[in-house]
Amino acid sequence: MAYSDKVIEHAENPRNVGTLDKDDPNVGTGLVGAPACGDVMRLQIKVGDGGVIEDARFKTFGCGSAIASSSLATEWLKGKTLDEAAGLKNTSIVEELNLPPVKIHCSVLAEDAVKAAIADYRAKQVAKTAGGSA
Amino acid sequence: MTIQFPIFMDYHSTTPVDPRVLEEMLPYFTQHFGNAASRNHAFGWHAEAAVDLGRERIAKLVGASSEKEIVFTSGATESNNLAIKGVADFYRDKGRHIITTVIEHKAVLDTCKRLEKEGFEVTYLPVETDGRIDLNRLEAAFRPDTILVSVMFANNEIGTVQPLADIGRMCRARGVLLHTDAVQGIGKVPFDVEAMNVDLASITAHKMYGPKGVGALYVRRSKPRVRLVAQMDGGGHERGMRSGTLNVPGIVGFGKAAQILTEEGVAESERIFAQRERLHGKITSALEEVYLNGSAAHRLPGNLNLSFAFVEGEGLMMCIKDVAVSSGSACTSASLEPSYVLRALGVGEELAHSSIRFGLGRFTTDEEVDYVAELVVKKVQKLRELSPLYEMFKDGIDLKSVQWVAH
Repeated sequence: MAYSDKVIEHAENPRNVGTLDKDDPNVGTGLVGAPACGDVMRLQIKVGDGGVIEDARFKTFGCGSAIASSSLATEWLKGKTLDEAAGLKNTSIVEELNLPPVKIHCSVLAEDAVKAAIADYRAKQVAKTAGGSA
Repeated sequence: MTIQFPIFMDYHSTTPVDPRVLEEMLPYFTQHFGNAASRNHAFGWHAEAAVDLGRERIAKLVGASSEKEIVFTSGATESNNLAIKGVADFYRDKGRHIITTVIEHKAVLDTCKRLEKEGFEVTYLPVETDGRIDLNRLEAAFRPDTILVSVMFANNEIGTVQPLADIGRMCRARGVLLHTDAVQGIGKVPFDVEAMNVDLASITAHKMYGPKGVGALYVRRSKPRVRLVAQMDGGGHERGMRSGTLNVPGIVGFGKAAQILTEEGVAESERIFAQRERLHGKITSALEEVYLNGSAAHRLPGNLNLSFAFVEGEGLMMCIKDVAVSSGSACTSASLEPSYVLRALGVGEELAHSSIRFGLGRFTTDEEVDYVAELVVKKVQKLRELSPLYEMFKDGIDLKSVQWVAH
């Protein structure tokens, strides 16, 4: 199948590749997918004061569409509040990248990675608060 | 020499028509356009003579004792269907058991599945980790009612060449017919229907620098004489085995392609083998965690099937989009399962997703080999920097110990 120009552009020049310290209390990490399924995404967010995402990083094992979906997701996440980020829908990724039906699962995985990263960050905050009050 | 882009390194999928082949074909479209079945005028005679020459050249390539043993078809899918269904239909009162392997082309596997629905029983032999069948398993699979064994000569994905001469000997000793899908191996590794006791062999022109849309089935005529039930009704062409007006230009080209391979195949295979080894050596000396799929020793000269751990095959293909290769990754096909051939070797799903098949052929140049090797090394390194799995591997994490969230 032919790739859209946007997928190729993101896959060739992926944005925000990298690793944040997963033990940092302000960092949330989402690791989704499985090697046996052919795609694994790790998406990380660093949340600043006021619940705004300061930085987002990813690493992805997968096809070009999977790499592009996660790259695009990190671009969108920066500067968003956690609530805004949680509202990210896979359909927006499909639209932006012109993903064909067979690649929709890549966008779903990116949405899952964002949600998992937010959930991880929130769990850390709860733990911190609970730890502080004890 | 300057390199022309894109580079074609997918010679298992198809091949370009050799210019010498095309040159012989051209007059048969416009000038000598006769129907080879027209027995009463010059146009027909000319076409028939051209078909006869093609038949002779193809008979010589496969080692047939008579050109009458060559039946023209539309391609190897039809040849495989005709061989297996034709034998099954003719010999069904003698027995209803067929033996094949799990790594056959779909044209064989799906034909066998259809026969199962019609009351035949099929044994699908597994393969060893190098892609070859275990002859002891074949021995054990024979039954008194076995009528046919169908084992491919060389595999299209991993290039593994089967011990066909041994298989032929075992079948002959039991009076069981042997069919082989010889599409990938013919003209590249030694093949001879007499020496190997092959009774039926499928080949196709477009995998050997001939045109698409024409193939052949070798059908043994003596010791034993193989009988087939035709799968298409019509004018009774090809001695009643395959009705339909012959594709004369296609057959002319197919014959020329066969003649070239008969004369040049050995030297060509040596050159391509050296290029394949060069590509393999350059890649593995620069990258860790690269695995060869299929047998190293029993392999088509132009086949290199590698798994690049921690990198997904389609992702890599996209990064080397100026190079045409193929992948066993699920993502390249509509089905979401990775290659059934690689899975049959026991290659883990993650490595099956990481596989790339390089297919070298007649027009591959040394410059292309060097360019592709360097490009692949560079892009695998880049994608590994992008891979969470590679980072975990480098951190000493056992990926098998991780609880993955499958989707």
